[in-house]
Amino acid sequence: MSSSEGRHVTLVSGRPIPFRGNEIDTDQIIPARYMTAVTFDGMGQYAFQDLRFDGEGNALDHPMNDPRFQAKGPRIALVNKNFGCGSSREHAPQALWRWGVQAIVGESFADIFFNNCVAMGIPCVQASEADIHALMTAVEEDPSHDLAVNLETMTATYNGTEYGVRTHDGARHRLRTGTWDAAGILVDALDDVRSTAAKLPYVQDFRD
Amino acid sequence: MGRSLLDKVWDLHTVRELDSGQSQLFIGLHLIHEVTSPQAFAMLREAKLGVPFPKRTYATVDHIIPTDSQVRPLADGQAEIMMSEIEKNCRENGIEFFGPESGDQGVVHIIGPELGLTQPGMTIACGDSHTSTHGAFGAVAFGIGTSQVRDVLASQCLAMHRPKVRRIEVDGELGAGVYAKDVVLHIIGKLGVDGGVGFGYEYAGSVFERMSMEERMTVCNMSIEGGARCGYVNPDDTTVEYLRGRRFVPEGADFDKAARWWRGIASDEDAAYEDVVGIAAHEIAPTVTWGINPGQVVGVDGQIPGVGSFDGDDRLVAEDAYRYMGWNEGDRISGTKIDVAFIGSCTNGRISDLREAARVAKLGRVRPHVKALVVPGSQAVARQAESEGLHEVFREAGFEWRLAGCSMCLAMNPDKLQGRQVCASSSNRNFKGRQGSPSGRTLLMSPAMVAAAAIEGAVIDVREVFGKGESS
Repeated sequence: MSSSEGRHVTLVSGRPIPFRGNEIDTDQIIPARYMTAVTFDGMGQYAFQDLRFDGEGNALDHPMNDPRFQAKGPRIALVNKNFGCGSSREHAPQALWRWGVQAIVGESFADIFFNNCVAMGIPCVQASEADIHALMTAVEEDPSHDLAVNLETMTATYNGTEYGVRTHDGARHRLRTGTWDAAGILVDALDDVRSTAAKLPYVQDFRD
Repeated sequence: MGRSLLDKVWDLHTVRELDSGQSQLFIGLHLIHEVTSPQAFAMLREAKLGVPFPKRTYATVDHIIPTDSQVRPLADGQAEIMMSEIEKNCRENGIEFFGPESGDQGVVHIIGPELGLTQPGMTIACGDSHTSTHGAFGAVAFGIGTSQVRDVLASQCLAMHRPKVRRIEVDGELGAGVYAKDVVLHIIGKLGVDGGVGFGYEYAGSVFERMSMEERMTVCNMSIEGGARCGYVNPDDTTVEYLRGRRFVPEGADFDKAARWWRGIASDEDAAYEDVVGIAAHEIAPTVTWGINPGQVVGVDGQIPGVGSFDGDDRLVAEDAYRYMGWNEGDRISGTKIDVAFIGSCTNGRISDLREAARVAKLGRVRPHVKALVVPGSQAVARQAESEGLHEVFREAGFEWRLAGCSMCLAMNPDKLQGRQVCASSSNRNFKGRQGSPSGRTLLMSPAMVAAAAIEGAVIDVREVFGKGESS
C-alpha cells in the first residue's frame, strides 16, 4: 500500500486552546457566507468569525482573540460535547487546520465532523468530562505549555499531568499507519468494485 | 435472526473489509452540488485520479443560486465562479448536470427523488448532511465531507464503519394540524441532538406507514439533526407507487422486477435492533424550536422550558439559547413576533408542503411588517405549483414567489436575515447565525405553521387558524 501512505500521525504536540461549550456546530466554526469559494485556501482566517467579532468588526470575548492563546506553531483544540454537529461541510475542519489546529481533544464529536477530520489526518480523541474540565482549567490558568496527544499510549499530557484518551480503533489505525487518506486504498480495488457493482440489480437497470 | 434493511444493503454493497475495520462500500448514487465538490475535483486533478463511474454521479446547483434572478452571469461574482466551476467539472468528467436551463434544477435532495434517481436498496452519498433525506425510500444515504466526495468520484466507494440501528416506532393517530415536521422535531426533542451519534434510524410504526413519500422525506431529512448518520423507512406500496413512471426508473416488466427487489430489501420482521424507542402519536403537537439547536423544541401551546428545568451541560446550552434568543423566564412561544417567514428547503420545499402552506395563505394576508418568501424546492415543484395556481394564492396573500434553490435555509445566496430578525422557517437548522445574519434568530416549524405566522405576524397555533378560517 505504499502508494496510499501519507503522514504517520502518532504524536501531535502543540499549544492548547480551549473552545468551551457543547454542541458547537459547523455553522459556528465556519459561517456559510465564507464558503462561496472553489478552494479551501484562506478558510483559516474565518474560523469562528461570528464568535470572534460582532457585526461592526469589534473583537468579542473568544479564546482566539485572547492574548494568552496567541502562541505561534501547531495548536491542539480542547472542546466539550458533540463538537462539529450539523452541516457536513469539510470547510469546518479545513478552517481549523489552516488556523493551526492539528488535533482535537474533547468529550465527544459529531460523526461527520469526526470522519472529515480523520480524512485530513487530524486526530479527534475523547477524554472523560472530568478530565476535559481539568485540562481546560489547567490551560486557562497557565497556557504556556505544549499539550501532547499520543496515539501509541492513548494519552494527552499537559504540564506533567497525563490524561487517558480514547478514539475509534479504525481511526487510530488509519492515523498511525498513514492510511487516513482513503482514496488510494479505495482506488486499489477498482476491479473488485466493478464486480460488486455488476451484482447489484439496479446497476443493471433490473435487466438480466 | 432476520436482518435490518441497513444490514442487507450494507452487505450487498461491501466490496471488501479494510485493515481499519471499515467496509469499502460501493455507492450506487452520488449527488454533487457547487459548494462541496470543486475542492474534490481539484484534489482529483492533483492526485491524477479519474472518475471511473461518471454515470453514477449527478450534479445540480442549489446552495448559491439566487432565487430572484438566475440570469448569467450571476450578480455575485463568487457565485458565478462556483457555477462555472461545477459546469466545467461535469463537462470534463462526463457527469450529467441539472442546471437552471435543464428544467430539472433544484435542491439536490428534492430532485434526486423526483427524477427517480433515488431508489430503495441503494447506497447514496452527497457532500451535504441532509442526504439522509433519501432514506425515505429505503436507501442507505449518507452526508459526507469533501475528501469523501473525492473518494466517491475516484472509486465510487467510501470507507465506512457500519452504524448500529435504532428503530423508532411512532404509533397512533396524528392530530389535525400536526405534520411530518412536527413528528421529527418531537423525536429530536426527545432523543437529543447527539442521541443518534453512531446510529442509523429506522422509522417504523403506523404513523410512518401512512405517510406519503414527501412526508417520509421530511422526517428522514432531519435524522442528522438528531446526530444519526442516516435514517430510513422500509419500502412499501407507497414507495413503489411514487417511483412508477419517473424518468430514471425502469419501465414495464423491468419495473415489476425492480418493485419485487425493492420490497425484498425491507427489514425482516424478526430483525434485531441495537435499540427500540416507542413514541405515541397523540402526544405530538405542532412543534416549534425555541433555542439554538433543533432539539430545543416546545409544543406551540406550551411554555418555553425554564433554564432551571435543565441539568448540567444542557443548562449551559439553555442559558446560551435564552441569551441569544432574548427570552425571559415564563415566555410562551405562541405570540412571538416574527419579521421574516421562509417556506422552502430540502426539508419542506416539496409540492405537498406548498399545498399545505397555501391552504393557510388563502385565509389571510401577510402582515405588513413581515417579509415572506416561498421558495420551491425545484423547478419541477415550481411548475407543479404554478399549474395548480398556488403561486397566485401566495402572491395575493403577500408572499414573494421565488425561483428554486436552498435560499434562506443557509443563506449562501442573497436571501439573508438582517440583524436580530426573527424568522419563522420551514428549514432544518436554528443554529446561531444560520440564516445569514450573525445575530439572526430562527424558529423552526412546519410550512403550514410558517404561513400562519406570516399572516398573524407572530407564532400562532395553525389549528386555531384552520378552526377560524375553514368550515370543513
